[in-house]
Amino acid sequence: MEILVCARRVPDTSENEIELNSAGNDIERDELVYSINEPDNYAVEEALQITSKVGGRVTVVTVGGEDDEEILRREMAMGANQGVLISDDAFHGSDGKGIATILKAFVQKGKYDLILTGVQAEDGGAQVGGMLAAMLDYPFAALVNSIEVLDGKKLKISREIAGGNREMSEIDLPCVLSIQTGINEPRYVGMRGIRAVASVPIPTRGASDLGVDPNTVGQAAAKVKRVDYFVPMLGKGAEMLRGSREENTEKVLELVAAKGGLK
Amino acid sequence: MLEGIQSGANPTFWLAQGQFLFLFLHFLGIACFAYIVARRLVPLIRAERDPRFDRPLARLGTVLKFWLGQWKHPRYKTAGILHILFFAGFILLAARAFTVLIVGVSPNFVMPGLSGATGHLYEVATDYAATVVFLCMVFAIVRRSVFKPARYEVPAKFGKAHKADAIFLLALIAILMVADSLFEAAKAAGQVQPGQHAEFAAGLSLPWLLKVSLLSLPLPVVGGLCFAGYLIHELTFYFLLCYRPFGIQFHVETSLFNVYFSKLDRGKLKPVKWGVSDEHLDQVKSFGVKTFEDFTWKHMLDFYSCADCGRCSDNCPANAVGRPLSPRFISIKARDYAFQHYPVFGRSKNGTPLIGSIYSDDEVWSCTTCGACEEECPLLVEYIDKVVDLRRGMVDDGAVPQSLQKPLKALNSRGNPYGRMEKKKADWASAKDFRQICPVKTLDKKNGADTLYFVDSITSFDDRMQSIGRATARILDHVGENFGILGAAEKDSGHDVRRFGEETLFMALRDHNTDAIKASGVTRVVTSDPHAYNALKHDYKDVPPVEHISQVMAREVKSGKIQFRPAEDDTAVYTYHDPCYLGRHNQVYDDPRDVLDAIPGLKRVEMARSRDRSFCCGGGGLMLFYEPKEEQRIGVKRVQMAAEAGANVIVTACPFCMVNIEDAIKVAGLEGKMTAIDLAELVDQQIAREGTVVTKEAAEVPREFVAGR
Repeated sequence: MEILVCARRVPDTSENEIELNSAGNDIERDELVYSINEPDNYAVEEALQITSKVGGRVTVVTVGGEDDEEILRREMAMGANQGVLISDDAFHGSDGKGIATILKAFVQKGKYDLILTGVQAEDGGAQVGGMLAAMLDYPFAALVNSIEVLDGKKLKISREIAGGNREMSEIDLPCVLSIQTGINEPRYVGMRGIRAVASVPIPTRGASDLGVDPNTVGQAAAKVKRVDYFVPMLGKGAEMLRGSREENTEKVLELVAAKGGLK
Repeated sequence: MLEGIQSGANPTFWLAQGQFLFLFLHFLGIACFAYIVARRLVPLIRAERDPRFDRPLARLGTVLKFWLGQWKHPRYKTAGILHILFFAGFILLAARAFTVLIVGVSPNFVMPGLSGATGHLYEVATDYAATVVFLCMVFAIVRRSVFKPARYEVPAKFGKAHKADAIFLLALIAILMVADSLFEAAKAAGQVQPGQHAEFAAGLSLPWLLKVSLLSLPLPVVGGLCFAGYLIHELTFYFLLCYRPFGIQFHVETSLFNVYFSKLDRGKLKPVKWGVSDEHLDQVKSFGVKTFEDFTWKHMLDFYSCADCGRCSDNCPANAVGRPLSPRFISIKARDYAFQHYPVFGRSKNGTPLIGSIYSDDEVWSCTTCGACEEECPLLVEYIDKVVDLRRGMVDDGAVPQSLQKPLKALNSRGNPYGRMEKKKADWASAKDFRQICPVKTLDKKNGADTLYFVDSITSFDDRMQSIGRATARILDHVGENFGILGAAEKDSGHDVRRFGEETLFMALRDHNTDAIKASGVTRVVTSDPHAYNALKHDYKDVPPVEHISQVMAREVKSGKIQFRPAEDDTAVYTYHDPCYLGRHNQVYDDPRDVLDAIPGLKRVEMARSRDRSFCCGGGGLMLFYEPKEEQRIGVKRVQMAAEAGANVIVTACPFCMVNIEDAIKVAGLEGKMTAIDLAELVDQQIAREGTVVTKEAAEVPREFVAGR
């Protein structure tokens, strides 16, 4: 099975202290460390597990700049067969639809049975997967937390619904799925693995390679524009329980019950 | 005794008749043994290299101490004394056993140097030795079958009980002793009856007892018994020789080699591959131990040498709280694997992955690398290197638990497991209140110092442990040390990154820190973190000499620079908990105790498990992130030990011990009854300073000044 995973490089929320810049229209980007968007990493792991069972190849693609190559290398160290960087000045400032347009062009240049995206980018709005599917006229399922290959043409997938239950579906290939974290346990990628793929060439594709009309993407074509960040007012602080262990236990039970957490 | 064989006495005649039978037995026995041993050596030849042929004198010293001297044995009184007795017996009997074997073929043989008076003396000694060994075996059999010490039990998950085999082997040795004595006694009895010069049997020994009871028997019967005794001795001897390589008694043959080739460098880890330099490591295809053949030959010899005594697991903290690790079975399972895959008869099969077959990943991640198992092993079997090698293999395959992936990733991008920003590394020293009492300079091109205080991640970033950093800085300041820190230029020492198998990441951290330390121009390094201490001392190269703060404090207490105010609270009873990487791995046991005992009026008790038998707090470094499967926290056990000792203050000298012990106090429900304090914090409180006295309250910098987590 030929699988394409669309990935993205984002500031790592667990290793940065995210603050707004003085203008208030972006986050402070000095000294940030970046890594692959976590759900995308689960998507790559899932793709690798599928191909290890049924055969095939995994390609990881990202839209970005030179810096974004590092996540492609990381995923190749993990086992992806190929990484492709889509980069063009014309792509800067694309909104979700712009990114989906670019990815659609890339997908149509190849032949993929399955396209995976992370459920959402940590700095994004979970838009691209659905739009990409619509543009390709492929079936789409979101929040997928298990995949089973039924035969060459169908997948059995599930998503979590209320109460921790799972809803099982069948979906025809080719399709686009957005992958939920927790679908698997991604393997570890160490420095050694990344070094081993350090010199593997990563092809770059631009607007002309993909046949994308520059007027349909980029800043100018973006119809969703970020204008500001809103910082909520500090609310009332947490309630501190300062009694003995027994008193606190009682009090916690009481509070949880009062909020409907205990039946 | 041996001169008697030349006489024409009946028993000797019988023996002479058996000459060809015995010759055949000798050849058969030796050939079988040689074949079996050769087969046992097959995996060792396929194993990884391990240079253990250096420093012969040091190795000889180890043999004298640990093999001939049985150094570790008295740590377990009953079993230890028993072993010392029969080991001494075997050593004594070795020459006799050899002589007896040869006598069957060449009746006139006398071991050179053992004729005449010496020979007579030797006879007396061996008569008693055989008796002692026999009694030891009887005692050991009773012990294993009636008293059943718990540490020999085999939990169902680790396979079948070994008791029957152990008793069978013990019984065979007992039979060997009886047969030897019978042969000797019958020979002597046969000489008494015709009125010849009788051989001597030492009074009240086993041969003597048998001789006395044989005296009334007719001569042909005595002769028959002599022959039977000899034959049984011969058969048992060779059966044992050839049976031992199939089980726990193989150590009789391998122990001498295992001890000779044992590891000489404490605290040091084995490199990924011997003989491959760091620069060439990238070319190594696979890291660590994935299949049995990835172990080194010495590690395989360890597996053969394990005597199944259970002392390692009896001391293992992971095993004590029901984690899926028991060091004894790391060896036993590998030996069973070796016997199965490299059989004495048939083809060898190699190459199956160990994780998922004989070991589980949780088992390998459960080890805290505290070293209690290695400290205890009478045969000097190594465990830490094997565990680390197995982890290296898992890291190489990407099989790292999710709980460890986050800190490892953060160590890669930020140089600390918490993912905190580099520029906040020196925040622990930047609070205004603290800066006024004790300014700590960050070393750079303009600011130099003699001494570097290597703080390491946990003391830099953990709110609670930052207090250890400040106490350490104030002590260094008090003794007039010209010191500084690296600040943002200091990355995690990588000590536990390495012990968790991520060698490449460790090397990057090490290289970064080495460069930073060298650039700072300091001439020595002090740290308050035993893990950093061990890393800088054993894992790093080309860095200035490093000391733990407890060593500095002990020295300055002696020099008089540190003077203490008397301990105020007379209800406080202190006990010192030895951190593994200060105590067991680096032998710093006395300095912290000397410092504590220098505080006037301080009451100190020792826990039952202290010094080289200290019980791990639960493990430091990345172990804080790992979520083990366990019935209880290791730290809770340790806190209970302190309570049993009658202490209500646990003093330690390691920030990781502090995390685990403070948590454990809460979990054990001992809050308010038990507290923990770092030795540096205690010293800082108790130092008699001129002018202002730093009270505990003033020493604690208010939380709001401290970078929140």
